[in-house]
Amino acid sequence: MEDRETIIGLEIHCQLDTKSKMFCGCSTDFRDNEPNTHTCPVCLGLPGSMPMVNKRAIEFALKVAKSLNCNIREESEFSRKNYFYPDLDKAYQITQYDKPLAEWGKLLIDGDDGEKEIRITRIHLEEDPGRSVHMGTTDRGKYTLVDYNRAGIPLIEIVTEPDLRSPKEARKFLNKLRATLEYLNVFDSEKEGSLRVDANISLKGSERVEVKNISSYKGVEKALTFEVTRQRNLLRRGQTIARETRHFVEARGVTTSSRSKEEENDYRYFPEPDLLPLKVASWVDAIELPELPDARRERFVTQYGVSAEHAKTLTGGLKLAEFYEQVAKEDPALAATWTADYLLGELNYRDFSIDAMPSIIFQELLVLIKSDTITDKSAVEILRLILDAVKEGKQPERPQEIVTRLGLAKSSGDQVTQMIEEVISEQPAAVADYYAGKMQALNFLVGQVMKKCRGRADPGHLNIILKENLDKKV
Amino acid sequence: MTKTLTFDPKDTIHSFITTIPEVSYGEGPLSGVTVAVKDNISTKGIETTCASRILQGYVPPYDAHVITLLKESGAAIVGKTNMDEFGMGTTTENSAFGPTLNPLDLSRVAGGSSGGSAAAVAAGLVDCSIGSDTGGSIRCPAAFCGIAGLKPTYGRVSRYGLIAYANSLEQIGPMARDVSTLSRLYAVIAGHDPRDATSIDKPYSHTPSSDIQGLKIGIPDEFFGEGVNPQVADVVRESIKTLESLGAEVVSCTMPSMKYALSAYYVTCTSEASSNLARFDGVRYGPAIETLKSWHDAYSEQRKDGFGKEVRRRIILGTFSLAAGYYGRYYQKAQTARQMVRDDFERIFRDVDVIAGPTMPDIAFRLGEKSDPLQMYLSDILTVPANLAGVPALSVPCGTVDNMPVGLQLIGRYFEDERIIDTAYAFEQEGS
Repeated sequence: MEDRETIIGLEIHCQLDTKSKMFCGCSTDFRDNEPNTHTCPVCLGLPGSMPMVNKRAIEFALKVAKSLNCNIREESEFSRKNYFYPDLDKAYQITQYDKPLAEWGKLLIDGDDGEKEIRITRIHLEEDPGRSVHMGTTDRGKYTLVDYNRAGIPLIEIVTEPDLRSPKEARKFLNKLRATLEYLNVFDSEKEGSLRVDANISLKGSERVEVKNISSYKGVEKALTFEVTRQRNLLRRGQTIARETRHFVEARGVTTSSRSKEEENDYRYFPEPDLLPLKVASWVDAIELPELPDARRERFVTQYGVSAEHAKTLTGGLKLAEFYEQVAKEDPALAATWTADYLLGELNYRDFSIDAMPSIIFQELLVLIKSDTITDKSAVEILRLILDAVKEGKQPERPQEIVTRLGLAKSSGDQVTQMIEEVISEQPAAVADYYAGKMQALNFLVGQVMKKCRGRADPGHLNIILKENLDKKV
Repeated sequence: MTKTLTFDPKDTIHSFITTIPEVSYGEGPLSGVTVAVKDNISTKGIETTCASRILQGYVPPYDAHVITLLKESGAAIVGKTNMDEFGMGTTTENSAFGPTLNPLDLSRVAGGSSGGSAAAVAAGLVDCSIGSDTGGSIRCPAAFCGIAGLKPTYGRVSRYGLIAYANSLEQIGPMARDVSTLSRLYAVIAGHDPRDATSIDKPYSHTPSSDIQGLKIGIPDEFFGEGVNPQVADVVRESIKTLESLGAEVVSCTMPSMKYALSAYYVTCTSEASSNLARFDGVRYGPAIETLKSWHDAYSEQRKDGFGKEVRRRIILGTFSLAAGYYGRYYQKAQTARQMVRDDFERIFRDVDVIAGPTMPDIAFRLGEKSDPLQMYLSDILTVPANLAGVPALSVPCGTVDNMPVGLQLIGRYFEDERIIDTAYAFEQEGS
């Protein structure tokens, strides 16, 4: 039975990294603060309060729209989305409905079958509601606390056409989008809750299912993978897929049927009478875009001679790209390999961001590698020791200090020659096997030398020297 | 240098909800002038209820912009006045705390929704007051109580701090026994406020002039049509003759959009109100909500108990007209009708400078007389067009019928508040 095509569209909400909220001057730096301490009459929705548009937020949104090649409306409008919920203090959210800021853009990603364009339906601005903290379980919760610190934080909503064909493509799209937003300096991906995703997913010919409450990048692929499997299983059993809204439960990696009162709400949208239409023509021209991921990727290839694969990896995040450029000065190729192939792996394993590795320290390590002072294996060991120290909150040692402390310096040429001679005389049987044509004997001998020098040599290099030595003696 | 005055009015007409017994005031153009403030305007530290039980005990932590301006001008804010709940009404009978009586006849209403502000001025309890006008709520009580009241051009006075009823229609405005005082008060409260995005940068600094030589006055047929008490019409016509004797020229005109104005008004204001009043749930302010229930049930109960009948009626009407499937038929249509009203004014104002007519179709009703809400809505017919268009309009007393005051309404072009104030001043001076 042929598996039906997967059709996915995403609705992404990102918190814009402005200093103030969308409609008032309250600080957006509310995390780790006491609840309800970053509020004012406006974001609390006190009677008589009125919204004032944050120009910075508009600028940021226009940057995003421009970088995604959207048509920017000359005149857009704010609307009220009316519904009752305790964390929505005005009982309406100021958003944009029928006249959004921008429409019809695109983002290029590496799809499952090569490069492809994902169409952006629309981009608009809105405010975040407050935050509900449920005490107890959602079913039998004793009470709910509401914190309005988050109320009024500027959000940008980006909606895609259903152009994505797999959970993996969805993840790639999000990564590209995130990188773009970082490069534009409008978004801090490390802030908790700064990105929320709702996904619409269907198998061709069947009903669409909406999945809400996805708040991490990894979560998106997990949620969608689970959904695809769930839907395929239903079809295999001859059942139909119901059109519904489901919630993603991150902890269990599953989607569940939504039992809350989020059914078809009539939001009674109408234009926000307290705000004037947004005219952005003059602003749009003034906006200059910085170097975006694709351009940077190309530059890495031409300027640093980095491979296309490496360039893609290294430009995947703004901080990572900047890190690379700092450490690439001496030897771009070496830096590329060690950053992309080794460092990233170690960081991901520990759930660290690039911040965990000070670039100065990494540069030192690269120098030691380049000068042939240590073996690759030792370099990896040093890398791990540094990151483990960071994980424990300790100040990491400098690579040179570790080399000295653990005696990781490579054995000198003379020492190596000495040890080779010793092994050759200690292992006559293996030597004889080698001369008899058994190549495994060479590997064995290399291993013996490695043992002798406690790994302070390059096995590949040893292989060559040992062979030379043996061949000479004949 | 701050001074204090004591305020202990004989408020038998129930014009105040809150009075401040000891009021400090400073220097400035209104130093020591006693001002009463309608109870839908936020006053820091002073209970602000909108005459509703759902806001009983609510003490705003901030001042409305106009309050800041009044304080800076040295005015003495002596109390918060009674009104129709949330501004919804034409008589102040919809107050949750009882109606305000007309000081000229205690068996009659003071008008609404700024009934308390008008009555306090008419009764001489204060020098002047501020009210709000969404569909006639300053002009109506001014007419019924025999004082002057102005609804400014939309945007000339900041709405920051005015507890919203219908954002696209309302303005805060001055009310006084004479036009000069009204003008002085207006000068203080008008001007740009960056916290109100609809606020316009057009301060008012005008001394009323009585020279109306050559002024062209338009009299729309519809303002004197069916539904207007013929005696009221006569008094107003006489007043317009007085204006003619002062050098004005009268031109008759017609406003066909009048027949849609009332519906356009009620659809618009109830729609906006249904959204503006949704925040009143007892969670953050007002009487505390019952927390042992599910939020949905608690909200329903709180709002049913806290809002009066007329408020609930208008919220339901507004919710309906914004509902999916009805938006196009009602709200959107209302905006089209609204544009027709604007267009009519624009057309008429090409040939005339000021439009005149009665403010209200009748004199103040007796308490309890208008029990049918629709009957009540019909009395707004002459005042709502100015709100729909946003043009300035004022009411100035122009005579009596059955010993009750009649108001002459003057409507001007956008930003020509100065001109209608002059016209009113000229009329007033002639009468004195």
